[in-house]
Parts: sequence; structure tokens; C-alpha cells
Amino acid sequence: MAPIHYLPSLKHVAICGGTHGNEMSGIFLVKHWLRNPTELQRDTFHATPFLGNPRAVDKCVRYIDRDLNRTFSAEFLNSKDSDIESYEVQRTWEVNQIFGPKGSFQAYDFMFDLHNTTSNMGACLIVDSEHSLLPMHMCNYIQKHYTKSSCPIFLYQLPGEETYGISSVAKAALALELGPQPQGVLRADLLAQMQSIMACALDFTDLFNKGMLFPAFKIEAHKVAQRIDYPRYSDGEISAVVHPNLQDKDFLPLKPGDPIFQTVNGEPILYEGNDITYPAFINEAAYYEKKVAFVLMEKHTFSLPALQKKF
Amino acid sequence: MTSSQVVQEVPMRRIAIFGGTHGNELSGVFLVKRWQEDGTEIQRPGLEVKPFMANPRAVEKCCRYIDCDLNRVFDADHLGMKVTDDTPYEVKRAQEINCMFGPKGGHKEAYDLIFDLHNTTANMGSTLILETTTNDFTIQLCNYIKDSLAPETCSVFLIEHPNLKYATTRSIAKYPVGVEVGPQPQGVLRADILDKMRKIVKHGLDFLHIFNTGKEFPPCTIEVYKITEKVDYPRNKNNEIIAVVHPNLQDQDWQPLSPGDPMFLTFEGKTIPYEGDSVIYPTFVNEAAYYEKNQAFIKTVKQKLSAKGVRACLS
Ligand SMILES: [Zn+2]
Repeated sequence: MAPIHYLPSLKHVAICGGTHGNEMSGIFLVKHWLRNPTELQRDTFHATPFLGNPRAVDKCVRYIDRDLNRTFSAEFLNSKDSDIESYEVQRTWEVNQIFGPKGSFQAYDFMFDLHNTTSNMGACLIVDSEHSLLPMHMCNYIQKHYTKSSCPIFLYQLPGEETYGISSVAKAALALELGPQPQGVLRADLLAQMQSIMACALDFTDLFNKGMLFPAFKIEAHKVAQRIDYPRYSDGEISAVVHPNLQDKDFLPLKPGDPIFQTVNGEPILYEGNDITYPAFINEAAYYEKKVAFVLMEKHTFSLPALQKKF
Repeated sequence: MTSSQVVQEVPMRRIAIFGGTHGNELSGVFLVKRWQEDGTEIQRPGLEVKPFMANPRAVEKCCRYIDCDLNRVFDADHLGMKVTDDTPYEVKRAQEINCMFGPKGGHKEAYDLIFDLHNTTANMGSTLILETTTNDFTIQLCNYIKDSLAPETCSVFLIEHPNLKYATTRSIAKYPVGVEVGPQPQGVLRADILDKMRKIVKHGLDFLHIFNTGKEFPPCTIEVYKITEKVDYPRNKNNEIIAVVHPNLQDQDWQPLSPGDPMFLTFEGKTIPYEGDSVIYPTFVNEAAYYEKNQAFIKTVKQKLSAKGVRACLS
């Protein structure tokens, strides 16, 4: 039998909403918890809610100067005055001071980061990689205890890539990505879903802190492989839209020869890869400027060892 | 049919199609860009059809507007305002648009008809927006488009109201027609929504073309939803929203809401019911752009609207 892995308890836990100022579920929840934090209290810890990008939240935009969920890399964390103009870089330093410093012993033990997407991704759980044992156990716990919908797992880190998201300030993290919800819109169904999943995740944290042994398990997860841009004219304008057959089909298999885009004249553009793949973030509003029409993922089954708190 | 039931109108000559009145409503933005490069699809014999990007700076930034909502400033005050350095971009733009396609007020030089293309995050499907009950020609146009799209539904929303009507971009034309298709998130382009919008414009232009050939359209009656009231979210004393649109009402645009039906859901899980005393038909339910306008949805009532027959007078 594989050995049990022991990890320290989670005492300092933060919950970030409004990393993007127009993703309303997390913003609304965090504002609610700031007024009334009883839902966040457990026997072994109190989670701290905060707004990631308060100025963007005020204006109901994704960001003011640049995407705050891309600035927690060494480049920005270590930059001094060069980028002082950028509100998000300043905010990065503030968040790093309060909840980090990133990579240090004093950093928060865990951070949740609450997002919405315009894509039909359901209740997606985002972890950097399958090597993050504690978040993977948390995902497994959520999948077993939150059964109103499936909660697919998305592993976002490409091999060798540095982490750059806001939650990378903490020692471990989980992001929730709930959709579909338009930017600037608050839907009751997604709000209730996010609230329930968070309650479940906090329960897991509490049980872990109390010393519960979480046995080894196998779990299915999707690992990002490639980002696909829209077809474009020479002036950069997009020349085709996501094909109706692909729209809203996040996490469903895409086969070689399946249509992925549709030109203005109605002609389909087909997927030319050699293997079955799994798309996500299909037609996400915020990714037009990032030149991503959707991402392609590989589906894997991972085996993870048992986990218990280090006494 | 007696001639008194038929209104003679001069043929249509100049038509404009506005996209990007709101810069993050991408169906119209996309279509206008394409038609500016290749207008074959919107050309009709005898008609001059001009595709036009109404708010290009907002389109570039993919936001609704830069300084203020362009679709609310086509009133006499704003159109007559003296331009200074502090004048909002959209007010300046409104004056430019008024010069190019107006002037507003039924002048002879104004464009005959403007289609203004919008998207909504609400589940409104294909919707045509009418400004008045008194115009036989636009009612006939709506009737033609509805018939052509059937069995697909196309609703007609009437914004005629003593204080709820707003000063739209298209209102400078003799015949203003709003086109609103949803649900589509801001900043997103969906193939299905794009297709619906294209069909509406196609049938609209076909109607104008057929009308110009001298065909007589007999009297008709259409069903419209007339605006009666705007409903705000429940808020606390800091003006923060304390309840969301109830799941039973979400996505139910144009469906009857009866007294006692759930309307909002508070954070504590309390349902706030609709307390009016008659059935209403909500629309623009949970539209992203209306949070800042303090609007959770718009109440409408169903009514019939009749038009006399119309025919072009070909001299
Ligand atoms: Zn609009």
C-alpha cells in the first residue's frame, strides 16, 4: 500500500472574489461574507474574504490597466517603479504583502479564487497541476459531496510554466470557474452553486485540520494542451465564429474532422488534429483579446496517495 | 378593398443599418464590419443601404460606451448642446450622426429608415423595437418580418410611453426600427444569434424592396408588448443589491408573470413575489447593462396593434 502523505494544517485561508471585476458571483458572495462572515467560520479556522480588484469591481470591468490574474509572476512581483502606473501591478504588491509573500513561509496556507465564464463549463474546479496533492483531494471531496452537478477538473499549468495567478500567492489554491454567465450579470442558479461548493470546500478543510485520513483515490482531470485562436483577416479582425456544433460543448469530445468555426459565408472550418481532444473556455468573452477561441485539453486519470494532517 | 384602408407612401430610398451603438454587443458590430467590406448581402435594387458603426471608440474598447449611453442622447437638449472640451464623446458623436442621417424630427433630408442592431444578455430571442403605435408602415414591416421568420418567434416591443421612452440613436430616421437579439453575453459572438439577426435584416430589406415595387400590403394586426414600468432590484440603504432575479423568472422573458409568482430571491433564501394585481410580461430580465440603470426587468402588457394597408405611390 502506498504511504500516506502528511501536510501541515491550513490555518490561514483566504477567499478572493472579484479578481476580475465583472464576474459577479464571487463579487456578490465576498461582499455578502464581508458583511456577515458566519458562513465562513469552522471549528479549526476562519476564512478571510477579500475583493481582488476593488477598482475593477466598482467599474464592473475585468481590469483597469491589465489582467490581475496574470501579474503574480516574478517579473511583476519584483518590478519596482517601472510599472507603477499600472493599478493592477500596485494591487499585486498589496495582495502579495497581505497574503504572501509568494513562496515564503509566512504566505497564506490556502486561497480560493472565484471566477465566472461565459462558456458552458458548469462548475469547473481549477488546479495548477495534478501534483498539488491537497487541492486534488479537495476536488475529490467536492465531487463526492456536491452532487447537484458534475465538477470537472481543469489543470491549467503548462510544463515549465511559472504560476502567475492571484491565488499563487498562497501555498496552495483552488479556483472555481462557473458558467455560463455573461459578464456583469448575476444569476441565482450559479450563485447558489458557488455558495454550496465553497461550503463543501471549507468542510473539507476543517476535516483535514481535524486529522481525518483521506484515502488514496483515482480521479479524472483535464490537462490543458493547446490554445486555439479564431481565424482572422490580415488586419487582425476575426473572420469566423465558433461553429454552432461546438458552441456550449465544453468538456465534450472533439474528433478530427468535427467543425470548429463557421465563416461569414456559412462554411465550416474543421478540426484537423489527429486525436480526440476536449475543448473548454469555448467562446469566453474575455479571451477574444487574448486570442483564444477555446483551449484544448487531454483527459487523464491520475492516482493520488492518501493524505492526512501532519501532527 | 377600399382605397381608404390603404395609405400611400413615397418609396423608400435611403436606409441605414447601425451596428455598435453599444460597443460590446458584437452581432451588429461584426455584421456592419463585414458589410462595409462587402455589401452584396444588403444591397437591394432601388435602395441605398448604408452599414454604419455608430460608436467606433466603444467598439474598439469592447465596452458599452465611453462617457455616456449613446442610445439615450438623441433628444433635443443633447443634439442642440454647444460642444466644448468637456462634452461627452457620445454627445459629440450623436450630433455627428444626427448630421449624417437626420436631422431628427421628420425632416425631408433624414434617412427613411434605420435598423439599429443590439444584443441583450436576456433570453428575449429575436425582438423588434417600435417607437410608436401610430405608424402603419413600421407595423407592416414588423408584420412582414414576423411572418417571414415563423414558426420562429419574433416579438415586438413597443417603447411608446410618456416618461419611459428613451431617445434612441435610430430615432433620427423617419422610421426607426430597433433589433434586439439574445441571449448573448457582452463581448461574445455566437453563431446562432448572428444568424437570427442576419435573417431579421434580410427580411426587413426584402420588405422595403417589395414595397418599392408597388405591391400593396393589406391591413394587418400584430401582437406587441408595450412597456409599462421598470422594476429595480431590492437594495439596502447603501444602494447595494440584496436579491437576485428568482430562478423561476430568469430566462422567462415574454412569459406571463402572475400576482404571487416569485420575482426575486434574497441572499437569505427569501422569495420576493410579484405583488401587482394583473398579469404582466417581463422582458430584459437580468440584462447586464441595466444594473447601472437600476433595472432588473421591464414590465410589459400585451396588446394588439393594427395598421392600415400600405402601398408605394409610384408616380
Ligand atoms: Zn444595445
